[in-house]
Amino acid sequence: MNQHATKAKAFIQDEARTNWHDEALWFIRAKRDQATALVAEWEALRELASGIKDHVLGNLDQYLEQFSERAIANGVQVHWARDAREHNQIVLGILQQTNATRLVKSKSMLTEECGLSDYLVENGVSVVDTDLGERIIQLREEPPSHIVLPAIHLKKEEVGELFHEHLGTPAGLSDPTQLTEAARHHLRDHLVGCDAALTGVNFAIAETGGVVVCTNEGNADMGVHSAPVQIHCMGIEKIIPRAQDLGIFIRVLARSATGQPSTVYTAHHHRPRPGTQMHIVIVDNGRTEQLGRPDFRNSLKCIRCGACMNTCPIYRRSGGHSYGTTVPGPIGSILTPGFDLKQHADLPFASTLCGSCSDVCPVKINIHEQLYQWRQAVVEAGLADPAKVQTLNLSGAILAKPWWYRITGRLARLALRWAPRWLVYNRWNTWGQDRELPPAPRESFQDWYRKKHKA
Amino acid sequence: MRVALFIPCYIDQFYPQVGRATLALLERLGCEVVYPLGQTCCGQPMANAGCERDALQTYHHFVKTFSDFPYIVSPSGSCVYHVRQHYDVIDQTAVVQAIRARTLELSEFLIDVLGIQAIPGARYPHRVGIHASCHGLRGLRLGPSSELRGSQPPSGIHRLLEQVADIEIVTLDRSDECCGFGGTFAVSEASVSVKMGADRLADHLRNGVEVVTASDMSCLMHLEGIIRRRNYPLRVAHYAEILNTTGV
Repeated sequence: MNQHATKAKAFIQDEARTNWHDEALWFIRAKRDQATALVAEWEALRELASGIKDHVLGNLDQYLEQFSERAIANGVQVHWARDAREHNQIVLGILQQTNATRLVKSKSMLTEECGLSDYLVENGVSVVDTDLGERIIQLREEPPSHIVLPAIHLKKEEVGELFHEHLGTPAGLSDPTQLTEAARHHLRDHLVGCDAALTGVNFAIAETGGVVVCTNEGNADMGVHSAPVQIHCMGIEKIIPRAQDLGIFIRVLARSATGQPSTVYTAHHHRPRPGTQMHIVIVDNGRTEQLGRPDFRNSLKCIRCGACMNTCPIYRRSGGHSYGTTVPGPIGSILTPGFDLKQHADLPFASTLCGSCSDVCPVKINIHEQLYQWRQAVVEAGLADPAKVQTLNLSGAILAKPWWYRITGRLARLALRWAPRWLVYNRWNTWGQDRELPPAPRESFQDWYRKKHKA
Repeated sequence: MRVALFIPCYIDQFYPQVGRATLALLERLGCEVVYPLGQTCCGQPMANAGCERDALQTYHHFVKTFSDFPYIVSPSGSCVYHVRQHYDVIDQTAVVQAIRARTLELSEFLIDVLGIQAIPGARYPHRVGIHASCHGLRGLRLGPSSELRGSQPPSGIHRLLEQVADIEIVTLDRSDECCGFGGTFAVSEASVSVKMGADRLADHLRNGVEVVTASDMSCLMHLEGIIRRRNYPLRVAHYAEILNTTGV
């Protein structure tokens, strides 16, 4: 059994919890539906956002250079990282040069992707995530299960236990307001007196050289405002051309993500405050390779709203950790195979190709069609289960020949009709573990039609 | 009107009554229906599992079998979607292009080509839940997707069923969530697949449905498998079977 299926099966064992997870995410999907219903031009906005991102991907080199020039002119130090290793080294280098040992970090899936925190800790830097959800999973020493709601897999009681252990809250406390208040005090201690603050980037504006960070808690901003060194890490695809384009993306991002009209904070960082440093690290890490794949390049349009996860009926019932990737769910299943097809060969198959992800996507990425294309790539690369491939190979041969098709169909129905139940529902019959097979009629439609037309 | 009837492999083998209902319905509406005898499958089972290469000879066989008809009609949104969407990988001859353009899901043909708004005489005194099969819904745009905004009319299937005498169409809590069949997904991810199916059925049960209908028998095959195993008080029927009833 593939990795996703195995982990999903384990997740589903606890049916009550699976139902709760499904309902929690469906609630967010419903909020998204309500929020988008209030925007009469919603579909036009999606079209615009998609068009701008397509344009950016077609002219990425020019926009990146323009962005970098403008940022440097603003007094920002710009760094380029080819891969995760270079990215981590650059960040460590900045911290070492400024004698920073206490880093606060917020809202960056890219640093998750690069494994930055572990690298920094190994090199003697203390790293504290200040986004509440991110802090929770950092204390639990586990990866996020969602890109916008990193701790969505946890119940408030579990957070209560965690805070009791690490933050000293009373045992049994599970009231969200009180837990959040405890987290607030805990995080303030780290935010005040930090040496450097790192954030992700939602949008990088080529025209102005500024970066935009969208958050609800404001802790990312608080870190940036209190630290003498601010670092913003971004993938090369975060570019938008002009400041005026930002309005379109701000309007679709939060509505798609959580059903809010906009995030509570939309922070624009253009230049360092007097006496401080501002760094931007621009990271490739496999993105130009993805840009070079015609079938998959537009996956880079993604603005990380997470709507495809909330809507995905498989994600909701298997949990983010079942994907084994930094970005889980439908979008992760088309992005991650580009990094390592062999390791993630199961992910394009963790879908029914229902297409809900593509319809919910605010930048109109054809996610389910790319899943289909990745499946072809997996089989072509010889990474699919050989038994499955042989079966389908044989099916292809039979279904191309009417006579073979009729004989095989007839034999299969005969066998299903006459074989004893224990033989049909054997342990290799995966369909039959929790489902009945369809009834096997004596006559196929074609048999009936032939008889009728002879008579 | 001369039409070719395409009965997908699994309907042919396991649900011949759906083929018979579709044929009878089309004939009842005055069509001259031809069922080309050499037909097999659209090739989707292989291609969706990543073995598109193994599906190519089936594609060519389909094209050869159905090359001479103004319309090819099928009671399966998923197979129709496959022909229209994925036959782009074979040589796009005039014949292939024509076949891709003229392969229609049954309700598309009834409404868009024949201009039918109701089936005279159809009667079905039951509480019916419509399962919006994904490939028909989001692939062929047979109905409104809950994700999209702007005005979207009800599906043609819904409109046709509404006109059936004594039918009661039940509103579900989630209008278009996937049932979890997904071809080989039903086996390779059996746990999630069954959970999705059971959750869909719970929605139908909660809302007092007697009969679950859909445009795809594959969804219903999966759902029926769960219904029978768990002895749920539900039945499945393809919407062609409901439209083909008589009694008024």
